[in-house]
This record gives sequence, C-alpha cells and structure tokens, in this order.
Amino acid sequence: MAYNLKEIIAEKPSRFTSGHRMCAGCGAPPVARMVLRALKPEDHAVISVATGCMEVSTFIYPYTAWTDSFIHTAFECAAANASGAEATYKALKRKGKISEDQTTKFIAFGGDGGTYDIGLQSLSGAMERGHDMVYVCYDNGAYMNTGIQRSSATPRFADTTTSPAGKVIPGKMQSRKDLSNIIANHHIPYVAQTIAVNNFKDLYEKSEKAIYTEGPAFLNVLAPCPRGWGYNTEDLMQINKLAVETCYWPLYEVIDGKYIVNYKPKNKLPVEEFLKPQKRFKHMFKPGNEWMIEEFQKEVDRRWEELLNLEETTNKEQE
Amino acid sequence: MNINSNTPMEDLTPGGEIYNSGNAREFKTGDWRSTKPIYLSDKCKQCGLCFPVCPDDAIPVGKDQKRTDFNYDYCKGCGVCAKVCPFGAIAME
Amino acid sequence: MDIRERLSGNEAAAIAMKQINPDVVAAFPITPSTEIPQYFSTFVSNGDVDTEFVAVESEHSAMSATIGAQAAGGRAMTATSANGLSLMWEMIYIASSLRLPIVMSLVNRAVSGPLNIHNDHSDAMGVRDAGWIMLFSENNQEAYDNLIMAHRIAENKNVKLPLMVCQDGFITSHSIENIELIEDDKVKEFVGEYKPDEYLLNKENPIAIGPLDLQAYLFEHKAQQALAMKNAKKVILEVAEEFEKMTGRKYSFFEEYKLDDAEIAIVCMNSTAGTTKFVVDSLREKGIKAGLLKLRVFRPFPAEEIAKALEHVKAVAVLDKADSLNAAGGALFEDVTSAMYVNKKQVPMVNYIYGIGGRDTKADDIESVYRDLQEIANSGNVENPYRYLGLRRK
Repeated sequence: MAYNLKEIIAEKPSRFTSGHRMCAGCGAPPVARMVLRALKPEDHAVISVATGCMEVSTFIYPYTAWTDSFIHTAFECAAANASGAEATYKALKRKGKISEDQTTKFIAFGGDGGTYDIGLQSLSGAMERGHDMVYVCYDNGAYMNTGIQRSSATPRFADTTTSPAGKVIPGKMQSRKDLSNIIANHHIPYVAQTIAVNNFKDLYEKSEKAIYTEGPAFLNVLAPCPRGWGYNTEDLMQINKLAVETCYWPLYEVIDGKYIVNYKPKNKLPVEEFLKPQKRFKHMFKPGNEWMIEEFQKEVDRRWEELLNLEETTNKEQE
Repeated sequence: MNINSNTPMEDLTPGGEIYNSGNAREFKTGDWRSTKPIYLSDKCKQCGLCFPVCPDDAIPVGKDQKRTDFNYDYCKGCGVCAKVCPFGAIAME
Repeated sequence: MDIRERLSGNEAAAIAMKQINPDVVAAFPITPSTEIPQYFSTFVSNGDVDTEFVAVESEHSAMSATIGAQAAGGRAMTATSANGLSLMWEMIYIASSLRLPIVMSLVNRAVSGPLNIHNDHSDAMGVRDAGWIMLFSENNQEAYDNLIMAHRIAENKNVKLPLMVCQDGFITSHSIENIELIEDDKVKEFVGEYKPDEYLLNKENPIAIGPLDLQAYLFEHKAQQALAMKNAKKVILEVAEEFEKMTGRKYSFFEEYKLDDAEIAIVCMNSTAGTTKFVVDSLREKGIKAGLLKLRVFRPFPAEEIAKALEHVKAVAVLDKADSLNAAGGALFEDVTSAMYVNKKQVPMVNYIYGIGGRDTKADDIESVYRDLQEIANSGNVENPYRYLGLRRK
C-alpha cells in the first residue's frame, strides 16, 4: 500500500496524547507518535520506557499520555522489562489465557543515555535472546533530562555540561558510538536508522517493518533537542533535514544482515551546515578552530564510506 | 480520574497505577505558550506537512483528512508547524 | 500422601517452583543459588512446566524481566544470592512499590567484599527495608514449604507485595536431607490461579505502571506499602493454618522451641536454629532452662508477638549473621530490642555477630552463648551488648 500520510493520520488516532509535558518543540513526541501509528489499529501494545524525558514528562501521576499499556521502572532496563512482559505474553498465549484474537506488540523507548550507555547491556541481552519486540532509541545526543550531560552518543566537540567547551578542552573529545551497527552485529532480523523528515515516510515505514517483523528489531531515531542543541525551536524539521543531507545521520536498514542505504543525497552538504545552527558547536566556528570542522567532516565522510561499503559487501554476499 | 493533591491515601491507586490510559488529555499545556500560531485557512492547501510535526498533537485532523484550527488547550507555541508550512498558512504571533 | 524424598535445599526450591508452574522465570547464575535455575531450565527443556524461562544477562535484568512479566499479568519467579541481589537492589524497591507479588528464592551468601561465596545474611539484611515479605527457612523442608505458601501470601488482595524465601547458602542449599513433598495436584490446588485485577496484557483496559510520583503522592503510596506489610501478618497466619490442614506442618511468625518455661533464650534465623535446638536439648538434660525463638517471618516484623514470647525470660541473645557495621549492633538485634522496649518488656539483651562469610558455628559456640546468658541472667547486667562469636582476636 502506498504511503499516504494524511490517510494514516486521519484513520489512525494518536496513541500518544496531548497533555504531556515535554518541552515546546521537542523532537521526540512526533517520533513516538509516528512509531505507534505504525501499529494496526486493532493491535494492542505494551510500551516500556526507560527513565528520561519521554517518561518523566508523559506519565506524571495521575496522568498518562499513553493510550496503550505502559510500564516504566528505571533507567537501564526498558528492554528487560519488555522482555519479561513478552515472556508472559508467550506463556499466557500458550496456556490459552489470552484470546487468540488478541495481538499485543512490545515496544520499548529509551533516550541515548538509557540506550547507548546505562541500558546497553539489557538491550543487548534482550536482542540476543530474540524476544519479539522493537526497541526504539530516540537519540538526542546527551543526557537531556538531567541537564545536557555528555553521553556516548554525543558527537565529537559538542559542548555539554560534562564536556564543556573550555579554554583547554574544546568540548567532547571522543567520537560518538555507532549503536545501530553494534545492534546490527547482534544479527537480529531488523535494524534501521531513521529520522522524522519530510512527511515521515521513512520513519513510518521502518516502524511498521520493525513492529511486524517477527523477533527483535531496533530503530535508532535522531530526535533533536532544542534546549540541548541550542537551535531555534521552530527549526526542528530543518535540523532533521540537514542531519540527513550532510550524511551525519544516514538513513539505512539492515535486514537479516543485508545493509540497504535508503537515501543517498545527490549533493552531500558539508557538515558545517548541520553544525552551524547549533550552539553546542558554536566554538568550532571561532577563528583558529577550522581544524575541528575538518576533523568532524572527515569522521562523517569515513562513516558514510564505511556504510556504503557495508551495503555493497553484504548485498554481494547474499547474491 | 478524580485524584488530586487532596486525595487521601486510601483512595489513591496502588503503586501509582493509572487505569484510564491517555488521561493526560485532561492536563492542559496551552498556558505554556509565549507565541501563538494563527491558522490562515484561506492560504492552507491541506498538504498535511504540519499535522505530524506538532509535538503536542494540537492540530486536529478530521476523517476527511483535513486539518482545522489549532487546539490551543495543548499548543505550546513552538512554531515548528509554521516553519514547515510551504504556503504561509500559519502565522506566529 | 506426602512423598518422601532426599533433596538439597536448592533442589527443594526448584521442585517447589516446578509444582507452582509459574508463567515466567527469569534468572542469572550465581553461587550458591545457581542450581535453582539449572534444575528449573531442565524442567522447561523437558516440558515438565509451561513456564517461559528467560536466561537474562544479569541479575538486574532478572529482576527487571520478572517485574515486566508480573506486571504483564503472569506469575513470575527468580532466584539469586549475595551480589546478585545487590545488583538487583534498585529493582527490588521498584518491584514492591509497583505492588507486584513476585516470589524469589534467596540463597543467602555474604555480599562482597572481599569476595566470599559462603553463607551469611548480609544479602538479605541489605534489602530489609525494601518492602518485601521475607521468610527464613531452617532447612530444605522449610525452604520448600515457604515457597509453596509464598504466592498465597504475596498475591492476597490486601497484600500485593513481593516475597523472598531465604535459606542458608551451602549449609541448606547444598546439603541433602530428608524432605516430605506434597503431591503436584495438591500444590496446584493450594497455590491456585493468579488473577490480577489490572495487568498490562489486558487489552480491554490498558493501564500505565510506574509513574513519576512527586511530592503530592509518593508519601501516600509509600504508606500504602506500609499498610500492605501490616496486612500481611494476618494473611501469613491464615495461609499457614490452611497449609497445616493440608500437610500437618505448623508454621507461624516464629517457632518457639522450649521457650515457654525458658530462663535464657536465643533468637536466630535459618540453619543456625537447627544447631541451637541441639544445644537447647543438651542443656535441658543438664537442667538448664534454655530456649530458642527461631524467627521465620522477618518482614513483616512481628514485634509485639516477639516481645510477648520473650517477656518471661531473664536474658536474651540475638544472633546476627550479618554485621551492620554501625557501632551499635546487628539488624535483628536492633529490631528485637526495639520490639521489647516499645512493648515495655525489660529483659537484658545481648547481640552476637556470628558466622560471617561462612565461618562455621558449632554447638560449642552456641553453648558459650547460653553460658554468657546464664551470667547475664544472674547479674542482670550486660557489659557489652555488641559482641562477636567465633572471631579470632588478640
């Protein structure tokens, strides 16, 4: 069925409601809402969320913004909570205690802190064990909920509250972890990197595949944070677009080990286009710091080339 | 849900569970707004670009696949919708 | 008819779990509880149970998956020891706060460090304020019986709290003793079906669990947990009464061994009670009126009942198999002394820290405690209430 955004929005009511308390212009709610819209309307979901912005702003007693079943316990265990719930689903289905007609899907959400860092072990465990679930990382590149501390998803040179750009050390000195590839190397059925661009087609279609692929699936979604990144709130979609057009955040899928790069820009924009509107990279544009932009560009280019190579080799092997 | 900061412990749900999912709709976030989007329906082509970008689901879309005026109960005034509109059909005030 | 068997404590726990046939078991290996998930996964592999076994990658995930499983509407169990429980610690509090009647078999072992794999109670004492019901077991029979009773207590509508059944690592877990097992169908009938009112997999009524619970609510939610713990006392006794009808085996908050006419008494938990009973018998033969209060239910703490049971003795020694390192005394000692004081029972009390890191506690050691108690009973004075038993020193 051809993707029709207007039809999807008209026919599938939001499963992540208004009245949540995430910041104005936050990049994460449109992502979560669109992921959940990929559920068939008749299907039910158990949603497991790691501690972070998306939890503490959406389920403040006695209000919840989630219309499906929802569980939050702690920072590092959204995947483990989901795997337990999924195990019960299997057991109760087997015993006939859940009706045959009921389909429940298991979807976990975590920020980059809860996914790349503190939750990596429980995520890895859940993926390896093969639970039928989707883990969605909304990556905003730092611990935003606690006030913009660096994470292993924070890009190099970014100014955060624990990697401040100072007189001696110019921001975070390490490159970001490539989590999508780490999860792809778990050899699970479906891994994708996506973002909310244009009419959300890429995000929606990958969510649908992830949810309805049997077994574990992982989505890594870049979700800008106006406060942590320091861009004008209204520029959310422009920032997303630049992340893709510069190849900072390539859109790709790994289906049963086969890499598919979904978008290859005809004119790959210089990464400074993505960096410039963001205050966290402001120091990189000071005279004398040109090397930082060059280094950043080199890193983006290297990773893009690696990805294209992976696409080539994994498709060759499968032929 | 009839729970508030005066509810005695006996009447709170055990463990802080919530049994009416999606009840955050009862919590209005419109008063966060410092700037306000104005819907200029005559300029709107119903292209649909603004519907999904709203973090607060404050752009109602009917079964006819057409948007109507903003739901100011929830709109936090971020302006993302105005920025994506190719037709200038959303003005920020 | 009961089935006579010879089993280790770990086997007994695993067989109880098999008979309970929970929906999910999520566990991670750690000495000395490892055998429980080993035996249990064999039951799963051979189709003896309907359980989903989740071989998690850590104890933190064991408790997290157990929480997810129980919240989803299933019966979930796990087993661990020592550092495993330490790694679970964050989730232990969350399990009880979410009011999930998870049942755990805790095989007590010394918490690091330095590393030691042998028995003491430092793991259990580390979670004594976490809102779990805590039952202690003298031997394999009690470890088994306590597990059979566990779900009936934990799942009671007035309780809804997680429960751990403790047994001593190696001493009980790896010692093969005689045991009377209950027939499978009787266990099934006794334990019953788990029917939560609200659960995640109820598509008709989706719920949300685990909110951000701020100043206006957390206090009341904690008080609800405290109330549930109080309610558990009545339920524990009711379940014990039903269990006695089925098996003839009697359980209460504690066992009073030759305590009613005792002049000196020891309070302790788990396997040490067995040694103490032996010593009590030999002292009684010599005409010394020694007695024992073996605590089974440590949480909820039966303060009033303990005070009443000890009011007539002339001196009491509380044995703690974990040091609180607080310059005042062990956890059990402090609970018992506080129970006595609040209930206006003036009995001289003394504390012995013993058996740390699996240090063997022999009949002679226990006898020395009774001798000390005789002196205290005569003088009415306690020189130093915070003592060590079996510690080498200059």
